[in-house]
Amino acid sequence: MKVQEVPKAQVEAAVVATKNISFIYRYFSLTLLLSASNLLYAVVLPEERADAMYHRYDGGGMVIDGPSILVRKNIAEKYSIAANYYIDSVSSASIDVLTSGASEYTEERIESSLDFTYLEDKSLINIGYTTSQENDYEASSFRIDFSQDFFGDMSTLSMGFSQGNDDITQTDNENFSEKLERRHYRIGLAQILTRHLIANINYESIIDEGYLQNPYRFILVNTGTAYNVEAERYPNTRNSDAVSLKLSYHLPWSAAIKSRLGYFTDSWGIKSQSIELDYSQQLNKRWLVDLRIRQYQQGEADFYANAFDIDSALQTFVGRDKELSEYSSFSVGLGASYEWTFNHRIEKARVNFQVDYMLFDYDNFHEVTSETTASFGIGNEPLYSFNAYALRLFFSIWY
Amino acid sequence: MKKIITLLFILQLLALSACSVKPWVKPYHRAKLANEVMQYDRDPISDGYIHHVRQARESARGAEGAGGGGCGCN
Repeated sequence: MKVQEVPKAQVEAAVVATKNISFIYRYFSLTLLLSASNLLYAVVLPEERADAMYHRYDGGGMVIDGPSILVRKNIAEKYSIAANYYIDSVSSASIDVLTSGASEYTEERIESSLDFTYLEDKSLINIGYTTSQENDYEASSFRIDFSQDFFGDMSTLSMGFSQGNDDITQTDNENFSEKLERRHYRIGLAQILTRHLIANINYESIIDEGYLQNPYRFILVNTGTAYNVEAERYPNTRNSDAVSLKLSYHLPWSAAIKSRLGYFTDSWGIKSQSIELDYSQQLNKRWLVDLRIRQYQQGEADFYANAFDIDSALQTFVGRDKELSEYSSFSVGLGASYEWTFNHRIEKARVNFQVDYMLFDYDNFHEVTSETTASFGIGNEPLYSFNAYALRLFFSIWY
Repeated sequence: MKKIITLLFILQLLALSACSVKPWVKPYHRAKLANEVMQYDRDPISDGYIHHVRQARESARGAEGAGGGGCGCN
């Protein structure tokens, strides 16, 4: 929750696949978060600021990097407009690529979004639109969010809806064309509990209808002497429910400890839990540092298998996406910001660095390549695991 | 039906009790809550990115306090 501090005197006077990048979970855009994160916690307009970021992910045979620009401008203390431009430049030789025997590929995704926010008394309304484009996947989404302060501004109720529409094609198949439609319903409550503690509970239901599998990914069918490959077959619908509880506590010095608990379940039989702990401290007027750890674990989907036998491969739905398998991940993150303040049109500027190091351990997804199968024997390949880092280097100004 | 009536009764009680509870953290006592170290999504451009990275690699999605998002960067 973004809290506006009110001076006491003022109150007394009157009174916040092989070809892999494309096809799964690009449900809607990064900028939903960018734009709505402020919205859901505030009945004040988001800060007027501009950010320019370089991001880079490296791990599991993939390197994804690129720039992102986010600019927000407020008008007449009642309206706010935000625009984001984001690029993912992908170079992939992931385990799925290696399993298929394909060679490394490169591609690019460009995303842009626009958000308009309107403030009226204790209510905030946000309307946004995002598009994402690749050579074989186009996505667009519309969203509307509303939030309202009440109970002496100690509580903020928020709710929102998103509608996404994706057009899926295949680079090597001109006749392939599929669609995916998605709807999100969300509600949240942020509550000030004490002078040092804020709680935030959120729920979101997501409904997908359409083509949910990856046209580039295949299942493995173990014949006993070799693997055959077949196309994945996913249900055409997926309904999911997620709930999270966040707590932020201000310590006696200029620092805060924050926690987030998350629980997720869906109609494919996947259940997951996550826990995150963050520590942020203002060292002095210029330096702010962050430290965080996070644990995530999930169970497998009903129709997932690392390798199917000949009979089970005949079942209605089959998939071999490692994101549908049982696995856990652990990450640790560090961040630091250095600030300059000015007495001009630009109020302040910051240079920021954030990095997260992640470890992924799969419980029933195996590292199947021609080499591992030859070395260990069919069906005895080692379990897959990998580590990765995600860094962000960005420059921000407030005006 | 019985459950609905019970639920409505409980909600009614809560509503009545809420009327008697007044906001206990005054605006002038929110200085520490307003400190930016308390914010979960302090830098939207960075926080959005890391959510995006996670959602591309995890089946879980949603309830991040915002819309959610992701791309399938396996």
